[in-house]
Amino acid sequence: MRKESFLWLALASSFLVLLFILVPLLRMVSAPSLAALRATIIDPEVLRSLWLSLYTGISAALICFVFGTPLAWLLARSEFRGKRVVEAIVDLPIVIPHPVVGIALLGLVGKNFWFGRLLHEFGLRLVGNPLGIIMVMTFVGLPFYLQSAKEGFASVPPRLEHVARSLGASMFTTFFTVTFPLARRAILSGIIMCCARAISEFGAVVIIAYHPMIAPVLMFERFQSYGLKYSQPVAVWLIVVCLLLFVSLRLVGRGPERTRSGGAR
Amino acid sequence: MNLRIENLGVELDGFALKEVNLELEKGDFCALMGPTGAGKSVLLEALVGLVPLKTGEIYLDGKPLSGLPPEKRGISIVYQDYALFPHLSVRDNIAYGLRFRKVGRSDLRMAELLSRLGLEALLDRFPSTLSGGEQQRVALARALVIEPEILLLDEPLSALDPNFRQDLRRHLKDLHGVGGTTFLLVTHDFPEALSLARHAAVMVNGRIEQAGKIEDIFLHPVSPLVADFVGMKNLFAVEFSETSARIKGLEIELGRKPDTERGYIAIRPEDLVLSREPLSSSMRNSFAARVREVRSHGFYAEIDLEINRLVFTAVVTSRALLDLKPQPGTSLHLAFKATAVHLIG
Repeated sequence: MRKESFLWLALASSFLVLLFILVPLLRMVSAPSLAALRATIIDPEVLRSLWLSLYTGISAALICFVFGTPLAWLLARSEFRGKRVVEAIVDLPIVIPHPVVGIALLGLVGKNFWFGRLLHEFGLRLVGNPLGIIMVMTFVGLPFYLQSAKEGFASVPPRLEHVARSLGASMFTTFFTVTFPLARRAILSGIIMCCARAISEFGAVVIIAYHPMIAPVLMFERFQSYGLKYSQPVAVWLIVVCLLLFVSLRLVGRGPERTRSGGAR
Repeated sequence: MNLRIENLGVELDGFALKEVNLELEKGDFCALMGPTGAGKSVLLEALVGLVPLKTGEIYLDGKPLSGLPPEKRGISIVYQDYALFPHLSVRDNIAYGLRFRKVGRSDLRMAELLSRLGLEALLDRFPSTLSGGEQQRVALARALVIEPEILLLDEPLSALDPNFRQDLRRHLKDLHGVGGTTFLLVTHDFPEALSLARHAAVMVNGRIEQAGKIEDIFLHPVSPLVADFVGMKNLFAVEFSETSARIKGLEIELGRKPDTERGYIAIRPEDLVLSREPLSSSMRNSFAARVREVRSHGFYAEIDLEINRLVFTAVVTSRALLDLKPQPGTSLHLAFKATAVHLIG
C-alpha cells in the first residue's frame, strides 16, 4: 500500500511540474490575436530583430563548434594535471549571473581599457554592434556546446581509434573519419543547445548592445513602453522561428545510415 | 628475426611490464598466454605504439620502433570485441586501411580474403546487423588486407559461441598459411594455443615466465606458475590410425577419425574414472593401471597411475578416495569415454 501511495505522489508531482512549464507558454502563445500576430510579423523592426537574433545566435554556435571542438576532444580523451580546474573554468559561464557576464565583457572591450581602445584603433567596434552580441552569446553558449561534444567524444570507444591508427590513419585522419562521424549526433545536439542558449540571452547582451536590438531586447522594450500585449506577439514569433531552426537542424543531422543499418540481427 | 622485443618495460597506473624479451621469426605463429591481468594486452598495446616504453626497445626487421606512431609501424590488431567502425559498411570497414598503405594488387588481395573468409555476401551490410562470428571475420579481413608485418590478435575467439570459435580457428590457421604475416595471438586457453601456434610465451605478473616451442612449454614447464597455467594434464603425443590413437603400445579409442596422422590428445584428470574392479559400462577405454602416487588436497585428491610406463593423473573426491583405498604399487582400473579425449593439432 505504501508503495502505491508513493507512486501516486510521484505522478502528481510530475504532473504539477509539467503544468508549471507548459501553462505559461500555452497562455502566452494563445494570448495574441491572429491579427496582432500578422501585424507583428510584417513590422520591419520585429523582422530586423528576429533576423539579428537568429544570425548572431547561429554565428555564436558555429564559433563554439570551431573553437570548442578541440577542447571538448581533449577533455574527453586525455588525462592531465589540472583537468578538473579546466572543467570548472569551462562551466563558469553557466554559474555567473548574466549581467555580470555583460559587465565583465564590457570592461574588456569598452573604451576604458587599453584592449578595448586597441580594438577601436583597428576599427573593430564591439559595443552596440552585432559583433559584440556574438561575443556575448559565444561566452554564454560555450559550456553547453562543450559539455555535449565532450560526452559525444567520450562515448566513442578508444579502441576504434586505436584500430584506425594501426591501419595507417594519422591522428588527424582518425579524428575526421572515425571519432567525429561517431560523435556527430552529440555534436549537433551541442550546437543546438548552444544556439538556443545564445538566442535566449538577454541580461548580458543588453549591457554590451541595447542597440541593435535582438528579439529579447525588443520584447523587453515593448513591454516597458507599451505593456504585455505588445510584447507577446514578438515572443510567439521568436518561439516559432527557434523551433523551426532546431527541428530542421535535427532533420539534417539524422543522416542516412540509421535507416540503412536498422535491420534485424 | 622479424620481431625482437628487448628488455621491454612499461609502467602504467598500478601495473608494470618488466624485462620482457621475445623474438619471433617471419611468418611465425606465436601464442602469448597467461592468466587474466598478466599484462598480455598491455604488451600488445606497447607493440602497436599506444603506451610509451619505459625501458627497452622493439625491433621490426632490425629497425627500432620506439618513436614511430602506430600508423607507421605495420602492425595490425584484432580485438576480442571486433572494434568494427559502426558507421561504415563491411566493404568500407575492410578497405579502410587501403587508402593509407599502398598495397600492390589490393583488389586481388581483397577478393582473396573475402572469399577465404566467406564475406562476399555481406559487403553492403553494417556491423550492427552481423553475428559475432561474422564481425570477427570482417575484423580479420580489415587487419590483413593491408599486408601487415605483424598481426596481433587479442583473444579473438573468447567472445564467440563455441561453434563460431571452431570456425574462426580454422580461418586463422588457413589465413596464416597464406601470407608472410607473423601472427601473435593472445589467449588464456592453452588447448587453443596448442592447436594454432608453433611457439608460445607464458606471461605472469608482467614478466615472460617461459618462451619457446609450445610442446616444450607444455612438457617442460620451467616454473610451477607455468605448470599450473598450462594445467591440462594427461597430454600425450600420439599416432592416429583410423579412429584410435596409439602410444607406447596403448590403443585409445577416439570415436572419430582425426584429419592428421599424428598429433596430441589430452584428457582432463576429472574425466578419468577409477574403480577397484573393471566396470561394465559404455566407456570405450578401460585399462588396468598401477598406482604411483596419491596426493591429497583436502576435498579432492590427485592420483598418478601408470599404464605401460605412461603416467595418467586422475582427480577424485576425498569420499572416493576412502572407497578406493589406493596404495602406491597396487592396481586399479582406469576408464574414460571416447568423447573425453580432446584432439589437439
